[in-house]
Amino acid sequence: MKIIILESLTKKFNGFTAVDNVSFTVKEGEVFGFLGPNGAGKTTTISMLATLLGPTLGEAHVNGFNIKTQKDDVRKSIGIIFQDPSLDEELTAYENMDFHGRLYHIKKDIREKRIKELLKLVELDERKNDLVKKFSGGMRRRLEIARGLLHEPKVLFLDEPTLGLDPQTRNHIWEYIQKLNKEKKITVMITTHYMEEADKLCDRVAIIDKGKIIALDTPKNLKDGIGGDLITVETPDAESLCPLVQEFSWFKSSNQHDGFVTFNVMDAEKHIAGIADLSCQNNIEIKSINVHKPTLEDVFLHFTGRTIREEEAGSVEHMRMMHKARRRR
Amino acid sequence: MGVIYTIWLRNVKRYLRSKSRIVGSLGMPLFFLLILGFGLNSVINIPGMEHDYIRFIIPGIVAMSVLFTSVFSGIQIIWDKQFGFLKETLVAPVSRVEIMLGQTLGGATTALIQGLIILVLSLFLGGGVPNVAGFLIAVLFMVLIGLSFTALGIAFASPMEDMHGFQLVMNFVIFPVFGLSGAVFPISTLPPFLRYLTYLDPLTYGVEGIRAGLLGTSQISPPVCFFALIGFATFMIFLGGYLFKRMKV
Ligand SMILES: Nc1ncnc2c1ncn2[C@@H]1O[C@H](COP(=O)(O)OP(=O)(O)O)[C@@H](O)[C@H]1O
Ligand SMILES: [Mg+2]
Repeated sequence: MKIIILESLTKKFNGFTAVDNVSFTVKEGEVFGFLGPNGAGKTTTISMLATLLGPTLGEAHVNGFNIKTQKDDVRKSIGIIFQDPSLDEELTAYENMDFHGRLYHIKKDIREKRIKELLKLVELDERKNDLVKKFSGGMRRRLEIARGLLHEPKVLFLDEPTLGLDPQTRNHIWEYIQKLNKEKKITVMITTHYMEEADKLCDRVAIIDKGKIIALDTPKNLKDGIGGDLITVETPDAESLCPLVQEFSWFKSSNQHDGFVTFNVMDAEKHIAGIADLSCQNNIEIKSINVHKPTLEDVFLHFTGRTIREEEAGSVEHMRMMHKARRRR
Repeated sequence: MGVIYTIWLRNVKRYLRSKSRIVGSLGMPLFFLLILGFGLNSVINIPGMEHDYIRFIIPGIVAMSVLFTSVFSGIQIIWDKQFGFLKETLVAPVSRVEIMLGQTLGGATTALIQGLIILVLSLFLGGGVPNVAGFLIAVLFMVLIGLSFTALGIAFASPMEDMHGFQLVMNFVIFPVFGLSGAVFPISTLPPFLRYLTYLDPLTYGVEGIRAGLLGTSQISPPVCFFALIGFATFMIFLGGYLFKRMKV
């Protein structure tokens, strides 16, 4: 069964199209990854699915309910962990949970039992009477996840749940998410720009860039779709190197980015020497050569000609951080 | 009902927990009470009024305390917006009207507590409460001021993105509302054009209502005060509710 259905979903902000005619479906019980660089439109899409933002055009259904006309039914079906913090810091962990439970009309005895269970699940039961403002980033995130599960949603949206956390906490949180998906049969739609995480943990992923879906499949199929192996060469003179390598029969395609050039080739190991010789003969300086199997980052590079990392270092991230820093104050 | 109670409870809990805010916001009203009350007590003689000046302004200062606390409570939703907590509330399967009403009742409750603290403190400064009925009348008007101005705070905060607008609201709405309300001077001795301005100020009816309760005399009759203020409260709750419903997060 298809539990999330998007049909030509579009959102414009004063003429700027943040989400552009997006259509796809998520199957019940799936862990669905929604990947893309900052500013791609992930949060905007999730906000529309969660009924917080009205679409400019298009339709979407969550758990069979229309996001425009059956908002309350959609809201009862979903749990959401927002990208930005959304706890009341002046309340305790328990009170944050209790507030949520009351808003969702969960009866007192059930509410108390579940809060206890969930706080144990995210290992916060010992700290349940502490004010949230004393919690670390990882603890807050875990509390938000526990809170999002309190009303036992059919679908859980997680918007960058591991952003800014240390690797250990990130693994921890991913373990919970997988466990919930398996044990409670919750469908999970998760956005992230950590591609390796998504690769390991998602059943299928959609890659979004500039508001448009550019690829959607299982991580394996996406990577196989590129075919062959990848040789990444770090060189100041990619312009001269590319045409030379293109002459070889084993060459499939190439991408230049930021002092690097990535060649997609068959049987990479055999041809490193060829590329090195060629550079030597033509006086092209090579700083490093690296061979690897395609990753989802390469899939993104393949479809857009850019790397996700370049995007992150770009101005968007900087502006967002500045913005956030200001908002936190 | 459950939702309104939940939001109310959160507001009251947060208020009771912020001891520094409770004490801090007693500062200005006490300052006014001491400076004006004692500073001008011997100089000012209010015509037609047998009470001291300090007893005359106590209801005004109580009203001031309720006014400031309630506007501040309403405006607080901007913080909830900025700290992201509002999203958590708005994505729940509850109507925004319920959320807004819970917020308004919560703000009015904290404002009432703050007003009562000033009232109790004023007892040590020469103030008094004549009888139970008078006290209840004063409380009734404090509640009405609290509801009206929390709703007003919400109305202003709903379209605002951050706290920058807060100063504007304070300077161009709240201080004039306080200043024109007859909290610290009798309306009857004003020149006519100023007197009409005070009649347009909803807080005037709140101050006069509390005065009727605490002093037993007032310049505007209590029923008039009651209907004027309840009309304003209703209007503000509808306006606040309307703007809150349209708010984007
Ligand atoms: N409320 C808004 N008003 C104007 N532009 C917005 C608003 N929200 C998001 N955007 C813009 O829409 C684009 C997509 O943003 P977002 O969905 O947050 O991206 P992501 O979550 O993938 O990083 C960005 O360019 C962002 O600046
Ligand atoms: Mg985002």
